Amino acid sequence: MIEIKIKKHLTGQDTEFELNIDIHIKDKEFITLFGKSGAGKTTILRILAGLTPVDYGFIKVKEKIWLDTERNINLPPQKRNIGFVFQDYALFPNMTVEENIKFAMDKQNQEFLDSILETMQLKHLKHQKPDKLSGGQKQKVAIARAIARKPDILLLDEPLSALDLDTRLKFQEEIKKIHKEFQLTTILVSHDFSEIFKLSDRVFVLSNGKIIKSGKPEDVFIQEKLSGKVKLTGQIIKIEKEDIVYVISVLIGNNIIKVVAVEEEIKDLNVGDNVIIATKAFNPFIIKM
Amino acid sequence: MQIDKDFIETLVITFKLAFLTTSILVIIGIPLGYFLAYTKSKFKPIIETVIAMPLVLPPTVIGFYFLVFFSPDAYIGKFLENIFNIKLVFTFEGLVVASILYSLPFMVHPLQSGFSSIPKSIIEASYTLGKSKLQTLIKVLIPNTKSSIITGIVLSFAHTIGEFGVVLMVGGSIPGETKVASIAIYEEVEALNYKKAHLYSLVLFGISFLILLILFYVNKKIIKADKL
Repeated sequence: MIEIKIKKHLTGQDTEFELNIDIHIKDKEFITLFGKSGAGKTTILRILAGLTPVDYGFIKVKEKIWLDTERNINLPPQKRNIGFVFQDYALFPNMTVEENIKFAMDKQNQEFLDSILETMQLKHLKHQKPDKLSGGQKQKVAIARAIARKPDILLLDEPLSALDLDTRLKFQEEIKKIHKEFQLTTILVSHDFSEIFKLSDRVFVLSNGKIIKSGKPEDVFIQEKLSGKVKLTGQIIKIEKEDIVYVISVLIGNNIIKVVAVEEEIKDLNVGDNVIIATKAFNPFIIKM
Repeated sequence: MQIDKDFIETLVITFKLAFLTTSILVIIGIPLGYFLAYTKSKFKPIIETVIAMPLVLPPTVIGFYFLVFFSPDAYIGKFLENIFNIKLVFTFEGLVVASILYSLPFMVHPLQSGFSSIPKSIIEASYTLGKSKLQTLIKVLIPNTKSSIITGIVLSFAHTIGEFGVVLMVGGSIPGETKVASIAIYEEVEALNYKKAHLYSLVLFGISFLILLILFYVNKKIIKADKL
């Protein structure tokens, strides 16, 4: 069980607000923090890692107190058993893939190192330096390095945002596998819908430093006022004008679905928006391939 | 033309001074550059100004104050001599100390900018992986600022060999003790002994050229080996 209570005054992009969080996370749970940029998601991860100070805070992880401002307890990052995967991977340029992962281990454990390299499919790259790797490979190393510490919590700060779509989808599976295999408690910062639905047990929606909704992704994001028979959630990747109508391309999982809309409907829609596609009156065909 | 004892001695002193000064500067420069790159202290501008002063001051000003403070009549000079038996005026030790002060910005500036250019997340990653600040400095920061360290070494070394005003005032050009090549050249020219001046200059030119060439060559290899 992880208990997190935080209060911190934050200066956002154009507003000032109070970050005020009180959440409990179960062991081996996969949590996503969702919200607009500047809502305080990354700050929460940094506070958990001990990289950012708070005004008031209490963090308890597996019966161990990491932070208690009232009792003047504040463990430094070195003493908190976390695996932090940074947005820019933060690999050490002077070390090879293997050395990067080894650096995270307090004791030499060749067996565990090999098993990580195997699981992450990094064996053939173990003698490469980071600048020779692709974005996806760098990300793998960053995650491998974080796991090598056998962390109490794995913190992922938008780990897939810099990757192309294909790699991203593959990675979501990968992260799911790792979370299970290494029995981790994972906190992910993301604003990618498909990621959240695929990975998280629970999602916390953050707005101006406060959690405004939480629960299973389906419960949080799909409003029941639609009594649709088919509901799909996805992200708008393109809005095109064709004659008198608009064609909206929506990315749902691995597929792109095109939906026709009139000018009135697209008024509030922008590329990048997360949307629900629902049909009401028709029963869709199911055809075996 | 004869290569005499005086000539060899002077060159040995010159390169010994440059080598010692540069070595000590690496040891001082790394913690100082690290401090300046990451400190949030309000005294940072003051420290930076003091370190950068030799860049703008005439070397004779530094030499003059050095004499004022460290001469056996001055408080600090007297203190050093009585307690530690150290004489800094007209001695080789004094030359080393003065050269360190004089070349300090040439070592600290490249190191400071080298440390500053390392992404913050790399340092934080090391902390979250359980490594202390010292371990991070040795295993992550220094290996990734190699080219800055080499730049600092090259600049300090070259600058120390090229010194004139400070070494003349602090050392006093005592043959076999504090006379370095740059002063010797001046003295030989003044005595219209052009041949000797030529020899000094040529040797100085050759050795300096070689050292710099090797360092730049190594630097190029390092940069190739691990790009940030």
